[in-house]
Amino acid sequence: MTLTITGKVWVFGDDLNTDAMYPAFAMKMDPPEAARHVFYEVRPGWTDEVSAGDIVLAGRNFGVGSSRPVAALFSELGVAGLVAEEFNSLFFRNAVNAGLPAMALPEATTIFSEGDTGTFDLSSGDWRNETTEKSGSVAKLPDLILDIISSGGVLPRLAAQGFLPAELGEVLRSSTVAIRGAGSGA
Amino acid sequence: MGMTIIEKIFARKAGLDRVSPGETVVVDVDMTVLIDLQFATMWMEPLRIHDPDKLAIVMDHAVPAPTIRDAAGGPHARKFAKEFGIERFYDVGRHGICHQVIAENGLARPGEVLACTDSHTCAAGAYNTAARGLGPAEVYSIMCTGSTWFQIAPTIRYQLGGVKPDTVSGKDIFLHIANEYGDAANLNLEFGGPGLASIPMHDRRTIATQGAEVSADFSTFEPDQVLTSFLDDRGVAEYRSAAPDSDAEYQDVRRVDLAALEPYVARPGTVSRNGLPVSQVEKQKIDQAFIGSCANGQLEDLEIAADILRGNTVAPGVRLLVTPASQAVYREAMRLGYLQAIADAGAVITNSTCGACFGYHMGVVGPGEVCLTSSTRNFTGRMGSTEAKIFMASPATVAASALTGYITDARSVTA
Repeated sequence: MTLTITGKVWVFGDDLNTDAMYPAFAMKMDPPEAARHVFYEVRPGWTDEVSAGDIVLAGRNFGVGSSRPVAALFSELGVAGLVAEEFNSLFFRNAVNAGLPAMALPEATTIFSEGDTGTFDLSSGDWRNETTEKSGSVAKLPDLILDIISSGGVLPRLAAQGFLPAELGEVLRSSTVAIRGAGSGA
Repeated sequence: MGMTIIEKIFARKAGLDRVSPGETVVVDVDMTVLIDLQFATMWMEPLRIHDPDKLAIVMDHAVPAPTIRDAAGGPHARKFAKEFGIERFYDVGRHGICHQVIAENGLARPGEVLACTDSHTCAAGAYNTAARGLGPAEVYSIMCTGSTWFQIAPTIRYQLGGVKPDTVSGKDIFLHIANEYGDAANLNLEFGGPGLASIPMHDRRTIATQGAEVSADFSTFEPDQVLTSFLDDRGVAEYRSAAPDSDAEYQDVRRVDLAALEPYVARPGTVSRNGLPVSQVEKQKIDQAFIGSCANGQLEDLEIAADILRGNTVAPGVRLLVTPASQAVYREAMRLGYLQAIADAGAVITNSTCGACFGYHMGVVGPGEVCLTSSTRNFTGRMGSTEAKIFMASPATVAASALTGYITDARSVTA
């Protein structure tokens, strides 16, 4: 799985919590249906507008709240990665463990406007706003975290290490399978 | 330069002389706790696991099952526990909210590392344990491999002074701190100082639990005699607790005079910079009052509620829901007469589960309703409708408010 993502950016604000992305009532649904409820209250209809390869970019304290696997719902929607000025660390771990690229970029919501095209290279820490041609870099993540993301998350790694049937390796890159296989949190 | 509690635990576990903020360590996990939600639907059974003696399974979030999806998880969990010889299996009937079960059974040990998917796993920081929520996939991975990674965050030290008044609870201390200082994303919280001795273990657990609400990583307490007694009573021995060094480096040291605190309320949406003393709340009518959750469904919380409710009647139009945090709490509260007093006052006592706290079942709030909760989280939509308002307060404040029908200072009821 690539550590470089390029896509159209959707800009969100500060303090977006997990219940706003994965409400409790959606935990009673299968992942594809649950994914239709991401941002159901803060931006109704967004899941019909977002396209495969798009990037979700938010402000500070992104993902405060529960351990429910929101990252898997973003993958379900085809979102290529997450960028935020500041991540809640549990939310960040969920993204890493689901193989969803995530970059912390201070001032992200100032540098990017909705609809801009952005490129984010986790392997170097470089970012670029293709629309405004502004660019820069952030500190690179530790290699062990990059390895998990590039493996497609922890479950494909477990298959490669012999903890899960090897033939499941590729299937486990599917967020729908992964979210069901390891279950949910709250 | 010395180390904070968290730095000391991870340095020991990683076999290093010291660790500092910004470093990433890989450590063995001492206890890993799986919850019922992880077994729902397409649970994939692993081919092998690291160590069944370092694993526990707690049925908590949705038990007894409210949906067929949840019901499907039970057999998966039972089969897995049997096949892999997992003795610490807290099935329905000997279950409870995992953080309560962890405490009751001594699964969180000072100076050790505990992993669970749930965001409120930081609760075990009350026992000087490095514990935090990690998400379902990571916990699954730790179950298999026995280890994981942590990035060491800077630490905020809460230096507690003075003596806590009896009318002030751990919930009030936390809501005060959350209102005063706001979020702490990618930071650890550490609690200690001379005032700590006046904070009982159940209040410490409320505070540690709610570190998740200000987005903190770890939320840990200094070890002291109060903790030692608590652990002795539960047969926890041969641990190596981690006290912070006197020259530990903190991002900030915040001094709290416990004697000056009063009961607090958080307004709907968040606890972060969104609270006020209950004495300053204007008359606010409530429809539902809830006492429960990993934060405040403990035996002492039910005792406080029972003392306020005994001989009184819940106000017309208000429903008071009380959910003991575990089956053990339920049974003890029944034996001690707390549940009788609570039910006699007109409350609904539910089975132990996470239930209403996360708006999943039993006690979901409707559009336009106002809930006063002593649970963990007051996000919009958390307990049901996004058009409901969720205020948060201590069990004492919730019980007193259930009697009057509006948010009420318990000191005015019990005085």
